Amino acid sequence: MRKSSSILNPGRKAPNFSLNSTPDQKVSLKDFRGQPVILAFYPADWSPVCTDQLSLYAMVMPEFKKFNAELLAISVDNIWSHLAFAKDRKLNFPVLSDFEPKGSISRKFGAYKEKIGESARALFVLDDKGVVRWSHLSPDGVNPGAEGILSALEQLNKPQT
Amino acid sequence: MATTTATRHSRRPSKTLLEPTGKEAESYEPPKLVVPVDPSRDHIQGDPKALLTLVEYGDYQCPFCGAAYPEVKKVQKELGAKLRFVFRNFPLTNVHEFAMDAAETAEAAATQGKFWEMHDFLYEHQRTLGDQSVALGYAKKIGLDTQKVERETSQHFYQKRIKDDFMGGVRSGVNGTPTFYVNGVRHDGPAEAEALVESLKAKS
Repeated sequence: MRKSSSILNPGRKAPNFSLNSTPDQKVSLKDFRGQPVILAFYPADWSPVCTDQLSLYAMVMPEFKKFNAELLAISVDNIWSHLAFAKDRKLNFPVLSDFEPKGSISRKFGAYKEKIGESARALFVLDDKGVVRWSHLSPDGVNPGAEGILSALEQLNKPQT
Repeated sequence: MATTTATRHSRRPSKTLLEPTGKEAESYEPPKLVVPVDPSRDHIQGDPKALLTLVEYGDYQCPFCGAAYPEVKKVQKELGAKLRFVFRNFPLTNVHEFAMDAAETAEAAATQGKFWEMHDFLYEHQRTLGDQSVALGYAKKIGLDTQKVERETSQHFYQKRIKDDFMGGVRSGVNGTPTFYVNGVRHDGPAEAEALVESLKAKS
């Protein structure tokens, strides 16, 4: 398992947040207490389709669901972009807008790139109590895929060391 | 494009706020293929015992895979008998509506000993891909028993195998299509002949 000195590390309680998933609906992290949550911060909507991280997660969603896990994707794009993007890619999970104040939630997770003003490609797996059990920050431009998430979800059911 | 040099940021908004430091890139190791090449199951082009192995997870409808197709041919030409090439299915069916039909047709062709003929035909006619009736037209063109192909694809004989390929890919860190593995390690460079050959030679 990888450790990073910058993003929110395993063992830390994830800060709660409430972000728009549609123009008039908000999603709060605490609503998912009692089940594992995957947080996928990503830089921007509309990366090329065949290499798009979130399109892949939509395909792998049945596997995540085997762990009763919910996936929340987060970027600084505005909600109308998110809606069009989610429709185009047939995304089957909430896509949240960290838009105003820009990147404030990404910052709390250590997943914000100040110089370019985008969320980093950072993944977090939270347990049913909202504690970070795995986190991963990808190098620039590298789509992390879904394997790390699946391994982390498998580990959740094992005793903590 | 992909780069592994992360920028270090000197400015931090406050000590309670966190920011990527670039350390993640220094310790980065590409994922490994967790499903070993199995000559009794895999589609292998070249000597099954060849020194070098290139594995592709691909989608017949993906334009990037279409662009990588002639690149793989160049790699095969350059490395000749030293290389075995393996193709596994990774259809992104939520965005490519004909990808599963195409994959099923190729698997049906494999049963009749013509996997690579169909694989090549599909990539060479990617712009004309369509539903099952189009796929059956391809089957006829390459001389398959089309009734058998029709029966097998209608009954989705090969979907389990295709889904097994897909999940094996996911567990190996496939992050989009095409994803290549050079001697069992994910190739994060460009899907171009030069980069693939360089990577293959470096690990020989």
